Amino acid sequence: MDLVTELAVLVLAAFVGFEVISKVPNTLHTPLMSATNAIHGIVVLGGLVTIGAATGFLNEFLVGIAIAFGTINVVGGFLVTDRMLEMFKKKPAKPKPDGDADGEEKQGP
Amino acid sequence: MSLLATSTLQDPDFINVCYIVAFTLFILGIRQLTHPRTARRGNIVAAVGMAIAVAATLLQEQVGDYGLIALWAVIGTAVGIPAARAVKMTAMPQMVALFNGVGGGAVALISFVEYREYLDHGGNPALETLIPILFAAIIGSISFWGSNIAFGKLQELIPGRPIQLPGQQVLNIALALVAVGCAIAIAAGSESELLFIALLASAALLGNMVVLPIGGADMPVVISLLNALTGLSAAAAGMVLDNTALIVGGMIVGASGTILTNLMANAMNRSIMNIVVGGFGGVPLAAAGDGSDEDRPVQSTSAADVAIQLSYAEKVVVVPGYGMAVAQAQHAVRELANELEKQGIEVAYAIHPVAGRMPGHMNVLLAEADVPYDQLKEMDEINPEFQTTDVSLVIGANDVTNPAARANESSPIYGMPILDVDKSEAVIVLKRSMNPGFAGIENELYYDPKTSMLFGDAKESISEVLSEVKAL
Repeated sequence: MDLVTELAVLVLAAFVGFEVISKVPNTLHTPLMSATNAIHGIVVLGGLVTIGAATGFLNEFLVGIAIAFGTINVVGGFLVTDRMLEMFKKKPAKPKPDGDADGEEKQGP
Repeated sequence: MSLLATSTLQDPDFINVCYIVAFTLFILGIRQLTHPRTARRGNIVAAVGMAIAVAATLLQEQVGDYGLIALWAVIGTAVGIPAARAVKMTAMPQMVALFNGVGGGAVALISFVEYREYLDHGGNPALETLIPILFAAIIGSISFWGSNIAFGKLQELIPGRPIQLPGQQVLNIALALVAVGCAIAIAAGSESELLFIALLASAALLGNMVVLPIGGADMPVVISLLNALTGLSAAAAGMVLDNTALIVGGMIVGASGTILTNLMANAMNRSIMNIVVGGFGGVPLAAAGDGSDEDRPVQSTSAADVAIQLSYAEKVVVVPGYGMAVAQAQHAVRELANELEKQGIEVAYAIHPVAGRMPGHMNVLLAEADVPYDQLKEMDEINPEFQTTDVSLVIGANDVTNPAARANESSPIYGMPILDVDKSEAVIVLKRSMNPGFAGIENELYYDPKTSMLFGDAKESISEVLSEVKAL
């Protein structure tokens, strides 16, 4: 891709990001921060495409650490977000806690 | 692009299409994250996008060393999964800081290696590659070290109070100039690995120095800012490596982090610049409590008295803060609220945007305790209601209730919007001791004649109050 195309993609992505995210309610700010944090773990791709071309022990080692870091970012990030959001799921509608609600059909003369 | 690409799977077009699918899923996922009911699915959708992006990347023929990749990925997974599983809900903010930091670290390492490779193969690359490399290196390094300091502060490995050195701002500017200077020298044609290392090191120091003076109350804003920076640096790395998924994914995070940061800074009525440059606006904190506070009487109360006050109220507003999180009191609080509601008392929760240590921190904790959404009220919604509130129950919240923010111009938090708990009929503050809060500022509210203090562990106190209420 040439530079101008890349810049165009960059600018458009920024606007998409602004538009999509500006609608998040306060309630979900922490999970949102955590989820976007996991998404920038996409840098792990940078490690994957670099390690093959890396020459010498030091370069391979440094890229290796980058891959490990990126993996921590992605895996940990999505998992921790899921743990937060797990608590937001809607509870199944509970029947009234008072006892006389159940067994109604047996009532009668 | 390559003579070796024989199979369709290795076709660069196919891989790029996979990338497009991946970032479409990111965008859809984030959109679903905007609604509580679909949020969890949104996170999974984004994770699937990530899996597709990784799988597509592994297909590229220039990827070699699958064994090595597997080794390092296994190491990363072995660290990431247990950490994410074990972390307590109260420690979420520092976990996010840490995950953010390693992301920034990965960017810095990749750009360093890229530069070394270019030097080994004929010298500096063209500017359109070199500039993003330098940008990614500086920002990645700042983000890595800044996040680690943020983690250290929230984990209380480093004191949470602002740490300020003399001439701090001059030093910061000097460090920034050194980093940018190295970058310009390299861009102007110097081919020096040492210069690049100097750039990384000065950016690292800058990351440390910028975050160290920032007090705990401002930490959420800083983490959010660092999150945005890591996103931007990832996008820059994407330009270096001609990788669309990286460019788009990184940029979306850059945009989101910027919005979040702005929202949070606005909630505190401060500019991002102000927070980052000045610690707490540069006001010496010792001057905040003006000495006279220490002699003033504080009214303390007992669980039984609190129970009576609550039982005779018509409307109770719970104001949770970090203290509730630390004491893990959210479940006890919910039980107490249920009991009060059973007695026909109206209960609401007042959520300050920066209560706790992250935006939405309180919402997460209260959701964990199954508190219904409609009882959680945001600051603008609840503030007019305090006038008609009989009892405000402040549980481990401090700075967000401090009236000094409204009245005292010399206070470091002057101008920050607060919850107007002092307008309610009576205020009960649950607190461990009279120590000032995380920001280290005395709270006028505690000396208000309407206020009574219930000292002790929040969870135990609430449980006692609950049993007293039941016994009445």
